Amino acid sequence: MTAAPSLELRLAIEDLNSAYCAALDDGRYEEWPELFAEDCLYRIVPRDNYERDLPIALMHCESKGMLKDRVIAVRQTAFYLPRFLRHIVSGIRSTVEADGTIRSTANYLVVQTLPEQPTELFNSGRYLDVILREEGGLRFKERLCVFDSIVVPNSLVVPI
Amino acid sequence: MGPLLGDKPPSEERRHWPADRTSRVPFWIYSDPEIYRLEQERIFAGPSWSYVALEAEIPRAGDFKRSDIGDKPVIVVRDEAGGVNVVANRCAHRGVAFCQQAQGNVKEFLCPYHQWTYDLRGNLIGVPFRRGYRGQGGMPADFAVEANGLQKLRVARRHGAVFASFGEPEESLEDYLGPLMLGYFDRVFAGRELVPLGGMRQRIRSNWKLMAENIKDPYHASLLHVFLVTFGLFRLDQRSSVEMDETGRHAVLVSRKGEQAVNDATRQMRSFKPDFTLNDARLLDPVREFAGDATVVMQTLWPNLIIQQQSNTLAMRQLVTRGPSAFDLVWTFFGYADDTPEMRRRRLRQANLMGPSGYVSIDDSEVMMASQAGISPYPGAEGLFEMGGREARSEDHMVTEGAIRGFYRHYRRVMGI
Ligand SMILES: [Fe+2]
Repeated sequence: MTAAPSLELRLAIEDLNSAYCAALDDGRYEEWPELFAEDCLYRIVPRDNYERDLPIALMHCESKGMLKDRVIAVRQTAFYLPRFLRHIVSGIRSTVEADGTIRSTANYLVVQTLPEQPTELFNSGRYLDVILREEGGLRFKERLCVFDSIVVPNSLVVPI
Repeated sequence: MGPLLGDKPPSEERRHWPADRTSRVPFWIYSDPEIYRLEQERIFAGPSWSYVALEAEIPRAGDFKRSDIGDKPVIVVRDEAGGVNVVANRCAHRGVAFCQQAQGNVKEFLCPYHQWTYDLRGNLIGVPFRRGYRGQGGMPADFAVEANGLQKLRVARRHGAVFASFGEPEESLEDYLGPLMLGYFDRVFAGRELVPLGGMRQRIRSNWKLMAENIKDPYHASLLHVFLVTFGLFRLDQRSSVEMDETGRHAVLVSRKGEQAVNDATRQMRSFKPDFTLNDARLLDPVREFAGDATVVMQTLWPNLIIQQQSNTLAMRQLVTRGPSAFDLVWTFFGYADDTPEMRRRRLRQANLMGPSGYVSIDDSEVMMASQAGISPYPGAEGLFEMGGREARSEDHMVTEGAIRGFYRHYRRVMGI
């Protein structure tokens, strides 16, 4: 049995998504793993692989620790040109399962601005989420980003 | 002193590359449209063997995969007899790139425009209204279907990898690779059933040759790649080698994981961060799975393939040119049919190091974009490749750009420049 989310829950899911976008777009990367449960799964997968059930992912994090390691890479180890990103999320649709687990999907768009370049459409796709209620609010148990075009412009550095 | 940076237009500088200066590479070869056109003709449509697919991607009759050689789209297809055919994705009638799916299964190929049909070998088998309608129209009486099939490429296969050529290679694939390269190739593929794990693709804003240079250059790995250096996955002070075939066109970088010691070498690497640890160590949990003690083998096969064995992450990286200042890097990750579930998970985790979001490969794709931005506006300047001398020969260390010199020695021979 699944149920429609209450209005209050819908707003909470939207807030979770907004906090997610703000953490990444404002460069507050350390806040990003904190939006996930300790035991979580975060993956970025091209649609081609997803539709063919092929498992490889651009980012594959099986724990909050692996998310934190991604942040350390963005902050410290990776070399990349400076960039501004903006995540736009819309069309959030959610259901609540009998045990309280929330399943949610949304469309996303990420635009990127490289130094002295016009803003470009960088990535678009769908979020497929499993969300839990934890102390302190909602957390992602799973976030799967399935992106539309397999061709990534140069590099995908900051999480989607 | 060379000429002032950018003080001459490319036309004047074109073809000015003294024969004895292969350790210096003029920047016009990375941006000149005429050079790009010549590369398509002499390298990618020439008598070389280009990688196009893994057989494991097209296991059954009728399975096909789109691929590219240089910038020319082709289709790799399995026929009823188990053979693998490679044909141009270009209808023999009016040129439609009729196959628009990345992968799939068909009984025959149908061009949507006038419904010309082709069998799985590329033979033309159907032309609607060939005899006209009610005595009117139709193709001329001497139109021969046999002579109007798809353009068929020469095909060579080895241990599940498919290579093709638009030209007429004088050598078998085995002779083309040579015994040394064949040994490294077989190390990953011989006697193993491959399982494709999926693809990734990135459009890198640089000339394709910068990728070839990058992966033949072990010198940069110890300096640019903080992640590799810090975790000792590939480091200049480890036992390593750069080996190439006689022509210089193919090469391998081989590395062996060593101690995480602070020493003379690490003191020259500003990128070495001894205190850095992972929050989740499962990312780096490599297991030895190949004979010998090499932990990394990066093999570059002329003209369009990099075979990556970095710990337990295995991938074919195919270069697809997109004009002088862009190329697609097409990654096909794979494992083996007899992988344990644990090994399969390990390969997925370690794939975090590679691809458009790789802990290691981000550095490369970003530095290549920055290289092109410095190279394109200065066609009259040149790059300097003299680390480890001016010769191109195999070495048992990493402090060399010798494999790049080997690459350009062969490049100049093929291009006639
Ligand atoms: Fe590199």
